[in-house]
Amino acid sequence: MSLTIEQLKQVAHLARLEMTPDQADHYTQQLSSILDLVDQLQQAKTDQVEPMAHPLEMSQRLRPDTVTETNQRDVFQSVAPSVEDGLYVVPKVIE
Amino acid sequence: MRAGPGPGVHPGDIAFKYEPMHTLSIKALGEGLKTKKFSSRELTQHYLSRIERHDPALNSYITVTAEQALAQADAADARLAAGEAGPLTGIPLAQKDIFCTAGVRTSCASKMLDNFVAPYNATIVDKLHGADGAGMVMLGKCNMDEFAMGSSNETSWYGPVKNPWDTGRVPGGSSGGSVAAVAAGLAPAATATDTGGSIRQPAALTNLTGIKPTYGRVSRYGMIAFASSLDQAGVVARTAEDAAYVLQAMSGFDPRDSTSVERPVDDLVGGLERPIKGLRIGLPKEYFAEGLADGARERVMAAVEQLRSMGAEIVEISLPNSPLSVPTYYVVAPAEASSNLSRYDGVRYGHRAEGIKTLEELYKRSRGEGFGAEVQRRIMVGTYVLSHGYYDAYYLQAQKVRKLIYDDFRRAFESVDLVLGPTATDVAFELGSKTDDPVAMYLNDIYTIAANLAGIPAMSLSCGFVDGLPVGLQLMGNYFDEARLLNVAHQYQLATDWHQQHPRGFE
Repeated sequence: MSLTIEQLKQVAHLARLEMTPDQADHYTQQLSSILDLVDQLQQAKTDQVEPMAHPLEMSQRLRPDTVTETNQRDVFQSVAPSVEDGLYVVPKVIE
Repeated sequence: MRAGPGPGVHPGDIAFKYEPMHTLSIKALGEGLKTKKFSSRELTQHYLSRIERHDPALNSYITVTAEQALAQADAADARLAAGEAGPLTGIPLAQKDIFCTAGVRTSCASKMLDNFVAPYNATIVDKLHGADGAGMVMLGKCNMDEFAMGSSNETSWYGPVKNPWDTGRVPGGSSGGSVAAVAAGLAPAATATDTGGSIRQPAALTNLTGIKPTYGRVSRYGMIAFASSLDQAGVVARTAEDAAYVLQAMSGFDPRDSTSVERPVDDLVGGLERPIKGLRIGLPKEYFAEGLADGARERVMAAVEQLRSMGAEIVEISLPNSPLSVPTYYVVAPAEASSNLSRYDGVRYGHRAEGIKTLEELYKRSRGEGFGAEVQRRIMVGTYVLSHGYYDAYYLQAQKVRKLIYDDFRRAFESVDLVLGPTATDVAFELGSKTDDPVAMYLNDIYTIAANLAGIPAMSLSCGFVDGLPVGLQLMGNYFDEARLLNVAHQYQLATDWHQQHPRGFE
């Protein structure tokens, strides 16, 4: 199926990706051809089929609810682009 | 082919018996270290010199960690001297740059993570290189497709990797740096990851042996996520025996990965010598249909005859839903990727755009600048198929077809021990020939994707050449049957010498 440029722009907004108008044009064509490829799925008869989310039949393990990790905030924040007093800095959100 | 004696060297000279260290098997390297033929420092230095000399032509490493490598080599030499060495102690290894390495840049070949120095090690990095681990020496971090999305290693932010067999061609992807490094003798083996064929297709295109184990067999902790229900770590090496040694050390339960399987690891090395007589091998007719190049078909069928002559029983089978594996994958994988890659927000780590006024602008510009085109395409496809109104038609339908593909394999393994087919449709293609057509690129993985969707182990090994370029043979096994796959590959390699060929110019 083919995608319109408006749909592409909406998807890019949902995915939080900024792009130039030229890029948007190019992506619209490419995504349309990818969606044509995946449209083959509609041929398959799947009325009685259970969807499979995961390759192994397993349930999530549980562990005792105790502290196992030490606080490593300084280490993790050492790779952050902008921190102050142990907090991550972002542009002002609330006026 | 071993690198022969240099000019002016005569048979009988001592140099004639000399085998360069980079042509030795992992087992032979281990013996050389234990018998003090060479030290780990000498071996490591040898590889570092080869990287310096040959890698500019290949671009297989993003980061070479020479200093740390020599320090690890010295530690390994101390362990060897103290008699505390394991089979891999002191042997060098290259890591795909998707595994977190504490204190070393871990880029995933993306501008987004160009400045990211991992604060911790992936579990497999600890297992292979840690103080209590196997004692291998890390040479550096290998190039790859950006976030492992690609089949040609052309989406890397650090530039494409070249195939040592023909530097005008791609090495395959996404583990293109890992295979180019090993094929050219710039590492004895390398780690790799496989979400839709990223270990097997590049191994096929470079004359290597690569294995993707069962989903859950190797820990994913510290392995940068692409599609979490498909991603699995493995190894590329020159032989099944070499791969068995490294995979043995990587495998096993890890409480830090919630999808890791609590189950003992088979003796992979010990299982190599079993005879394959009476083994039932299934050839799915869908894997030999239109689309497979004639030369590749001939080489794969010759390998089938070889296995038959060794006592295997060959039966035709059908995996009727396999033609739907590519469309299924290109819904499931982008859907999971769009969710996994939402973590890159320009706030906690990675690239952050400059001159920003609002939070939304920070997200959009950091991600728009930090991600390359293929990653952006897949994030958008994933966002689209998960969005309201399309979820049932695409995502849910893909999960149902995934179940059909899984059922095909379950049925097949009731009557055969393993499944055999080609790894790729053809030999390595030319650089740049498919970069403008994502769908043509995606169809490269037509024979490899099903194993990821089902979660079964699969491997590729060389079965010959067409016009001087390697062709890969794929073996797919039942759940947790890695030992059987490696056993069959090893027996085939004892009877053939394709895997011993080295590319010219990298002797």
